[in-house]
Amino acid sequence: MFASGVFGAVEDPWIRWSWVGGHLDVILAALGQHIQLTLIAVGLGLLIAVPLGLVAWRNSLVRGPIFSITGILYTIPSLALFSMLLPFTGLTVLTAEIGLVSYTLLILVRNIVVGLTSVPAEVREAARGMGYRPLGELVRIDLPLAIPAIMAGVRIATVTTIGLVTVTALIGEGGLGSLIYDGLLRDFKTPLVVGTVLSVLLAVMADLGLAGLQRLVTPWARTGRAA
Amino acid sequence: MNFAGQVLHWFLDPANWQGDAGVPHRTLEHLAMSGASVLVAAMIALPVGIAIGHYGRGGILAINISNIGRAVPSFAVLVIAVELFGIGALPAFIALVALAIPPMVTNSYIGMREVDPDVREAARGMGMRERAVLFRVELPIALPLVMAGVRTSAVNVVATATLAALVAWGGLGRFIVDGLGLQNYPMLFAGAVMVAVLSLAVEFALAGAQRLATPAGLRSTTSTQKEETAGTLDPAGIAA
Repeated sequence: MFASGVFGAVEDPWIRWSWVGGHLDVILAALGQHIQLTLIAVGLGLLIAVPLGLVAWRNSLVRGPIFSITGILYTIPSLALFSMLLPFTGLTVLTAEIGLVSYTLLILVRNIVVGLTSVPAEVREAARGMGYRPLGELVRIDLPLAIPAIMAGVRIATVTTIGLVTVTALIGEGGLGSLIYDGLLRDFKTPLVVGTVLSVLLAVMADLGLAGLQRLVTPWARTGRAA
Repeated sequence: MNFAGQVLHWFLDPANWQGDAGVPHRTLEHLAMSGASVLVAAMIALPVGIAIGHYGRGGILAINISNIGRAVPSFAVLVIAVELFGIGALPAFIALVALAIPPMVTNSYIGMREVDPDVREAARGMGMRERAVLFRVELPIALPLVMAGVRTSAVNVVATATLAALVAWGGLGRFIVDGLGLQNYPMLFAGAVMVAVLSLAVEFALAGAQRLATPAGLRSTTSTQKEETAGTLDPAGIAA
């Protein structure tokens, strides 16, 4: 980064394929950790967000506080959140995951509530008329109709988390972020480029994969152009 | 002394409040860098988003730019800027401007598109010229969503400016990065608290500004609901 070439130093290219070839194991391990951190974060996020979303949807009294608290968690910068946890949970996966899960909550809860709220009143009326009990109506009518909005939330949360995982490199995790951080510390472009490109690719693939999954689980939306 | 006491002690130590490395100076640095980045990004992004929304061409680009922006980690953008422009304030500034542009383009585009075509028609029917339709009808109606984009970007920028301490720049992130490096946890924690408070303050201030920017005629419950839905279902409302 210090005007390479001025002192006769060899120009550091954006990518050195020999480094990539010699470090495939490191790169794959970083990618694996990145996927693992993301899956745990979004999975736990959903486990927490679904009940929160249901409560916020049914009870307008707690809706405000739920949105406020998840909104505050979302607004606090990732590095600050990790740093506030660090003195208590140390340089561990737990610190990273608490932070990552916190960020998914606002996105997931909001989309769950929006999805459920958008179910037409006539549809719910008809379900009740057909004899659905509250739980049956929720599971067989409300939730399936809310899937497009919920999946939109899962996609945004997943792509956002994949980006945020890179920041956890500063607290000793990081996945592909550890390659980016390594590139910064050693002033060596190749790991930086590999980490960035793979992270973007991972985000794009995850987004496309989830879009495909959404088509698969909402067969009724495929016919016609209603959606 | 327990940990809370150590943090309190750090906050009460006058040495931490003086000079270029003190809290007031670092806070000003953080705000000045964030403000300048958002301002420059707004000067680039808002005309683009508003023009695309007004003429209705290039909508796919306007929508997708924030999706693409979300997929690129801010941390990576910052480090790439360092490789291109060296360390210090310049790469931080350029990276922050680049990160702030996408949400503002997308939101101002959506704001303009959401203007009811009938309202536009009525304005033309009343004899308004194109310029008047744009500046006196479309923009005021689009303003809340435009402001939502500015707010999303500004909060992102304040957050990412924290990471800029890694590339040898100042701001409040200095306390976090130095705290990590020196394993000085009270300093780390104090820095994190200040960054969190600053981010929340910016978020609340801009949420207030967004409310003030909403024309009186649109301040009904239905319009807020609509806006919230748009912000939620559309990626533009939420960016990392």
